[in-house]
Amino acid sequence: MLVLGLESSCDETAAALVEDGVRVRGDAVASQVAVHREWGGVVPEIASRHHVTNLIPVLETALKESGATLADVDGLAVTRGPGLVGALLVGVQAAKAIAWARGLPLVGVNHLEGHLSAVWLDGDRGPAFPHLALLVSGGHSELVIARDHGVYELLGATRDDAAGEAFDKVGKMLGLGYPAGPVVDQLAATGDPNAVKLPRAMRGRGLDFSFSGMKTAMQTLLQRDGVPVGQALADLCASFQAAIVDQLVRKTRLALEEQGLTQLQVAGGVAANRGLRAALAELTRELGVDLFIPSPKRCTDNAAMIAAAGYWRLQRGERADLMLNATASLPLA
Amino acid sequence: MTSAATLESDSPAATQTLGERLGRLLEAGDVVALLGDLGAGKTAFVQGVARGLDVTSARVASPTFTIVNEHPGRVPLYHIDLYRLVHADELFELGFQEYLGGDGVAVVEWFDRFPDEQPAERLEIRIEITGEQSRRLRATAHGARAAARLERWIG
Repeated sequence: MLVLGLESSCDETAAALVEDGVRVRGDAVASQVAVHREWGGVVPEIASRHHVTNLIPVLETALKESGATLADVDGLAVTRGPGLVGALLVGVQAAKAIAWARGLPLVGVNHLEGHLSAVWLDGDRGPAFPHLALLVSGGHSELVIARDHGVYELLGATRDDAAGEAFDKVGKMLGLGYPAGPVVDQLAATGDPNAVKLPRAMRGRGLDFSFSGMKTAMQTLLQRDGVPVGQALADLCASFQAAIVDQLVRKTRLALEEQGLTQLQVAGGVAANRGLRAALAELTRELGVDLFIPSPKRCTDNAAMIAAAGYWRLQRGERADLMLNATASLPLA
Repeated sequence: MTSAATLESDSPAATQTLGERLGRLLEAGDVVALLGDLGAGKTAFVQGVARGLDVTSARVASPTFTIVNEHPGRVPLYHIDLYRLVHADELFELGFQEYLGGDGVAVVEWFDRFPDEQPAERLEIRIEITGEQSRRLRATAHGARAAARLERWIG
């Protein structure tokens, strides 16, 4: 079954064609990272107009890459939330128009479910159910039990900033541009994670995250000492990254132990962070847990993951009608 | 009527309590412009406001990425963050003005990025970092309605 996926929930406009939920045939993302960098930490074109302009070109690119035409498509999947309603609507309306014109089945997909479905797109074996999923990105930090495709239980989430957001904002404070996550990661690799003492939040047994206090601690530190340079900057990045990673890993350990799960998948843009990957590799080795992380290009927002998630829903006979609407706040479970 | 006041906070918890006290007084249609640097404690303050509005959700997370978070409460709380936006027409395309002066309370972070979009009637609160834990909250009421809220808040 060839599924066409469309994604326009936030900054990225994307289209992809995925066979049977696992094999990517075509995948196109109109990314704005270069534009973001120019503006130094802000998104100039969050506006739906941007998605309108990009949608048909990404769709055509994905189709061309796949060697398929719309006549070969068996079903459609589109992100229906959470996200910006104005942005989401562009994808939703396009998907409905194609579904109606072609007489194709259509499903709406939760963006987070898309992230949790990316792990099957790399051709290797994916995790079995149930498993624990740590979803970490610029907009999300969640611990979820995946019981089946599309069946989730939320264990914990951030109470303030998302992990990726903390990286981006602290990077901005340090004058490291945007998006700063990868730069912080790079600098951290040559720094001493014990050089600067930062508070460790959420020490209890709860599974929620909190990263706002760490951002404040960094702000206080920078206001007192100024922005460091050279090795001191690397040390500060390493210390900050260690504080974030420490909390993510600690909660992941608690969740794995409490739930007795033996498989872990990590999804979302922050899954590309080397400090986090190394710490999770160590944790899972110690606990005898299998670790699954999608390839970096599947970790950031894309439409292949939406097509993959949609495939399982279509397979179960789920169908959205032409009343399908975008929803700003859409819980995963 | 009071039009400006300064409040001191000695901890994130105290900042949250100040927010909670304000939240109890807020009514549908009120607009709060919340200003302050990264790490000043805007999130902590809004979490307090949410509690004061009887928002039941345990998590009042940052809307930086999503721009708008909606929380059901005694009246709905629209938690809006303009940090990532650049052009005023993006606000228009987001339907931003529909969140102001409507059926809920709008708390808007980084409103100073778009001074021309601010409604005449609003309570402006600027959080300044005065020490590691301590903060100064400078409140300015714009309009009679905001002045009434401010007077009760500090009273």
